[in-house]
Amino acid sequence: MIATHGLEYRYPGGALLAFPDVNVSQGGVLLLRGRSGVGKSTWLSLAAGLRSPSGGELVVAGQSLAALSAVQRDAWRARHIGFLPQQLHLSEALTVAGNLGLAYFAAGLPEDRAAIQRALAALGVAELAARKPRQLSGGQAQRVALARAVLLQPKVILADEPTASLDDDAARDALALLQAAAQQAGATLVIATHDARVRQALPAATVLDLDAQNEPQALSNMRKKL
Amino acid sequence: MKTIALSWRYLVSRPLAAGLNLLLLSLGLAAITFVLLTRAQIDRAFERDLAGIDAVVGAKGSPMQLILAGVFHLDVPPGNIPLTAVQALARDPRVAQLIPLSLGDSFQGFRIVGTTPDYLRHYGAQLAQGQPWQAPMEVVLGAQVAQATGLQPGRAFAGAHGLGGGGATHAAHPYRVVGVLAPCNCVLDRLVLTATESVWAVHEVAHGKADAHDDHEDAQREITLALIQYRSPLAAVSFPRFVNSMTNLQAAAPALEITRLLRMVGVGADVLRGFGAVLLLTAALSVFIALWNAVRERRADLALLRMLGASPARLAGLLLCEALWLAVLASVLGLLVGHGLTGLLGYLLQAEQSLPLTGWLWLGVEAWVPALALGVAVLAALLPALSAYRVEAGQLLSSRA
Repeated sequence: MIATHGLEYRYPGGALLAFPDVNVSQGGVLLLRGRSGVGKSTWLSLAAGLRSPSGGELVVAGQSLAALSAVQRDAWRARHIGFLPQQLHLSEALTVAGNLGLAYFAAGLPEDRAAIQRALAALGVAELAARKPRQLSGGQAQRVALARAVLLQPKVILADEPTASLDDDAARDALALLQAAAQQAGATLVIATHDARVRQALPAATVLDLDAQNEPQALSNMRKKL
Repeated sequence: MKTIALSWRYLVSRPLAAGLNLLLLSLGLAAITFVLLTRAQIDRAFERDLAGIDAVVGAKGSPMQLILAGVFHLDVPPGNIPLTAVQALARDPRVAQLIPLSLGDSFQGFRIVGTTPDYLRHYGAQLAQGQPWQAPMEVVLGAQVAQATGLQPGRAFAGAHGLGGGGATHAAHPYRVVGVLAPCNCVLDRLVLTATESVWAVHEVAHGKADAHDDHEDAQREITLALIQYRSPLAAVSFPRFVNSMTNLQAAAPALEITRLLRMVGVGADVLRGFGAVLLLTAALSVFIALWNAVRERRADLALLRMLGASPARLAGLLLCEALWLAVLASVLGLLVGHGLTGLLGYLLQAEQSLPLTGWLWLGVEAWVPALALGVAVLAALLPALSAYRVEAGQLLSSRA
């Protein structure tokens, strides 16, 4: 589960982002909607314990993040958060299996080869274990990245724009896969997206719409970029 | 996955950069190993050959030449000196022992030295085969000479006039080998040793002198130089001055000349060592740049590791480990190449019957080579590791590149 109350984040530059309260039960789906620059990434990094909020409360998977030190937060993230970045970020220096092994390395756990094979098999990419990421198609790479995200049976899966640059069929498949993986792990699924198709595909999901809340912020950001 | 294994994967994923850094580091370390090895062995060889020789007396000329010719048998001697003058010095109360040396002939480039058995005793030489010479024209071979020429006790050979080889042979007066010395790692290894009388016999007859060996002959007889051991250290003050001013001879103190020589040679060693240091510095810079680039290129990888829950210390350790891999490999390679180069130089010098050098020697100071490599690697990895420490995982989320 994820619950926030009066969550705020102030950038070092001084800009303040305020987020609407949200409450998602364990195993639920949360859609984080909004145009780029409205704070979706910031919300994700707050939920992952990569940044500390400047105000408000944040409870993720039953853990109040404010109660943890930086080192504890790293260890906590390793065990309870699965992450599917938009760029996937599979390391070219390693094989597919090696990339999954990184999750164990990061968590400081002994590598469990059998679990890696199981995770890859569950997503139908077991035969790709020995390949390098550049030898994978886009869809295969996303499955591998997803396998890495669910490898340690996280309580929360954070997916950043999982349907960006996918056609309708592929986007539908990706969402189905993501949902199935989250269900299998019993994890709360958080999808940050500005893609309307995601909303349509997941009618039951809780929606956190950041557009309304941080409109002035987004505009000022855009003006800055221009 | 273990940090060590993972850092190795990252290292070999960029083979060109890793290879170049390894090469640079290894070359620097090899140069330093080479200087350490050669310098130590030259010092040691000089020390061993010089032990117990307080002064060398010979003809007037360059003192350095006298030492190089008389003690190390590297240079030609300045000239001959009358036997009577040497006999007078031997009776001097300040002189504990006087070893006469007569040079002039050689065999296949190895010098034939006429002397007394004292010369063997001075270096504590042991016979590997046969016996010491008992009569003129009997010779004992140094270990290296025996190995190079293949001569055995019982065989005979004719010496060549001159020290360089290729002179006219004294075919009418062959030497007979009676013994071979065990290796002593000193100058005796590359000498052919015989009685002083042998040299007189060859040359006096060859040059048409009478064969008579009566005392009158001593007045005209000559030797080349004499090695002297003092009875007390005080003699070092008065004896050389006495010889140089009161007689037609020259006395040189080896310790003094060798200090002078090593100072001159030392410049070369310093240049080489400086060269090694520059190489090492280049290597350090190169490793630094490579790691720095690795951090930049792998920012996403590192940020992802942060996402997956790796602590910043774990990332810094990963980079440090990558540098340490380079250091360990470069140490092994550098030491091997350094020893190989020394062995090669030793092989080349052996062909010229010059200084003995071997690559099969491990010095305590060489422990500094891996230490140096580790230091360089850690230093080069420090800044990149620090920047890895600061990798902001959040930027992975906002990166839309």
